[in-house]
Amino acid sequence: MTHMRRTFRVAAAGLLCALCVQTGGQAADLDLTVGYLRLEEPAHPVLSGLDPVPARRGIEGAELGVKDNQTTGGFLGHSYALDVVSLAPEALAADVAAAARDMLAKTRVVVLDMSSEAALAVADLAEAKGAILINAASGDAALRGASCRANLLHTALEDSMAADALMQVLLSKRWTKLAMIVGPTAEDGGRAQSYRQAAQKFGLKIVSETTWTFDSDLRRAASREVPLLTQGFKSHDVVLIADAHDDFARYIEHNTWEPRPVAGAGGLTAVAWAPVIEQWGAAQLQSRFTDMTGRAMTPRDYAAWAAVRALGEAVTRTGTAEAGALHDYLLSDGFELAGFQGRPLSFRNWNGQMRQPVPVVNAHAQVAAAPLEGFEHPRNPLDTLGTDQPESECHAFGE
Amino acid sequence: MRVIYAGLLTACLAQPALAAEIWVSNEKDDTLSVIDIDTLEVIRTLKTGERPRGITFNADFTRLYICASDSDAVQVMDPETGEILFDLPSGEDPEQFVLHPDDRHLWIANEDDAVTTVVDVDSRTVVAQINVGIEPEGMAVSPDGKTVITTSETTNMAHWIDTESHEIYANTLVDSRPRHAEFVKDGTELWVSSEIGGTISVFDTGNQNEIGKIHFEIKGVHPDLIQPVGFELTPDQKTAFVALGPSNHVAVVNTETLEVEGYILTGRRVWHMAFSPDHRLLFTTNGVSGDVTVIDVAKREAIKSIKVGRFPWGAAMRP
Repeated sequence: MTHMRRTFRVAAAGLLCALCVQTGGQAADLDLTVGYLRLEEPAHPVLSGLDPVPARRGIEGAELGVKDNQTTGGFLGHSYALDVVSLAPEALAADVAAAARDMLAKTRVVVLDMSSEAALAVADLAEAKGAILINAASGDAALRGASCRANLLHTALEDSMAADALMQVLLSKRWTKLAMIVGPTAEDGGRAQSYRQAAQKFGLKIVSETTWTFDSDLRRAASREVPLLTQGFKSHDVVLIADAHDDFARYIEHNTWEPRPVAGAGGLTAVAWAPVIEQWGAAQLQSRFTDMTGRAMTPRDYAAWAAVRALGEAVTRTGTAEAGALHDYLLSDGFELAGFQGRPLSFRNWNGQMRQPVPVVNAHAQVAAAPLEGFEHPRNPLDTLGTDQPESECHAFGE
Repeated sequence: MRVIYAGLLTACLAQPALAAEIWVSNEKDDTLSVIDIDTLEVIRTLKTGERPRGITFNADFTRLYICASDSDAVQVMDPETGEILFDLPSGEDPEQFVLHPDDRHLWIANEDDAVTTVVDVDSRTVVAQINVGIEPEGMAVSPDGKTVITTSETTNMAHWIDTESHEIYANTLVDSRPRHAEFVKDGTELWVSSEIGGTISVFDTGNQNEIGKIHFEIKGVHPDLIQPVGFELTPDQKTAFVALGPSNHVAVVNTETLEVEGYILTGRRVWHMAFSPDHRLLFTTNGVSGDVTVIDVAKREAIKSIKVGRFPWGAAMRP
């Protein structure tokens, strides 16, 4: 690992140019352009308009990552840029493939902000062989499992990492009897499945389950409808909500038949990032992001930031911008990223998932950071979250 | 583990010697706690600006400089009266600083701005601002006053700044999230702690080459939670005490071999530290538990914990 530690003596004049590299004219020893390919999600109708999806969600996280990389790079003669292509939700698979081909002709490192099917199609393009693609959007288990690809890493949380984090918190509070409300969409069903698996993994019990079917305007009717819906639950400690689109969950809390905390969506949630996170220097990242964008940093922005920063860290430590070398380094034991979460972030070398603590938060504060004390793992406590190596169906990463 | 030898302490410290004090900044209380070293009790609590972090005294201890981060100012306090005399311009979000041996220039890390600011405390003006990496924090000045170091947490570097020209003459990479830097052994070595990397990098100041690295290992504590932050060396420069953050331990390091000789249990998330004037006692700030651990340096054990304000951060000794 001698290549990892170097002394850089640079002429002072060049150094002061750290902030002026963007204006061009600075001869850089290494250039890394990171591609950012987004297939916009079709807007999902939700009951409340209180939390609109920011138009440049994800992209702005990547932009901050490039800025951070650029500051470091300025001292080393390394230069970074971001190439963003965002496709409308109506784009066809062929359009995505064409855009990906164009991008891969320009750069071998691309952040993907799209559905799991679209990401997989990009990863399977002939042009993507030997590239580094980083999924910053999908939590789909299959992408880390049977459908994993060696050229596809993930900074987005695997869904089961969030579910495991939530169950660790509930278990540590001994709130082990759960009553679950599942939304009507396929994504809600997937979320519910990850909760069932996580509950089983940590020995919690889902004592009742019901499906959300209401089509009335809950902003007016929640106080009448929700007590009836939850009245039939068996004795439970927590109401767990599988609502992948943040549609109805916000109307459940304080409307339940029994006085119970709400978790999963609304109430207590496990997320990659949230505005309430301020420990471990996170306040600095939040304020840098908000100063730049005028809004709060979302989990998608965090995943995009982490993807770009991971690439920057790899360039800094290896002194190369070549995709193959960066890929090897990212998956090696030597790689670690400071992600403002109190533990170093790294990649699982069996499926390309980024190891990361999972904050468990409510609207006003961070409640816990999983893994919680007492959840041990022979390799790394972070591996108590998500699919572990023995259960993994991913074989694309070699041994 | 935090044993209280109150009787013993009173016995051996009760001489009416100098009423030396340890000053502690409480980041989330906007106060300073002043600990009397004889009684090991908080004798004064003083109001400051918002979010006080780095604190340091001037050469004759007649002034205390306080980084009031969220007030965007360095405050100057009369330690006798506890009165804030005036604010110095500091640049945005001053987190930590170091006072040049000339007793006149404060070198300030502006965490939110990626800048190191040099302030003349007499004329109360900004002399220079130097672009550094993201989230500058650790600050150190060489004993000859010729070099100032700024470490940047997200850029993972130590920046070597010529104090005459105010220009960076070298940048050295360190492990993730550097927090604290000190020139040691008469300025022949620079030590930089890396919180997330879990190491201290040792540099030869002559050529800025890395010549060693200190690693830590505590039984029963996952390496990810061993996060070195502040450290201090004994006057003979043979032993270093290193605060290890959320592992809740201070390491005792042999500075020749760079091997760890032992670990001392402290309060939670131990951060910075200061010695008593006679170097018999060491006081550590413990951010999460809101207290200060008193360590008997010779015995290498904690002898008392003292409740201070919320999130104690910096520590400075006043004889």
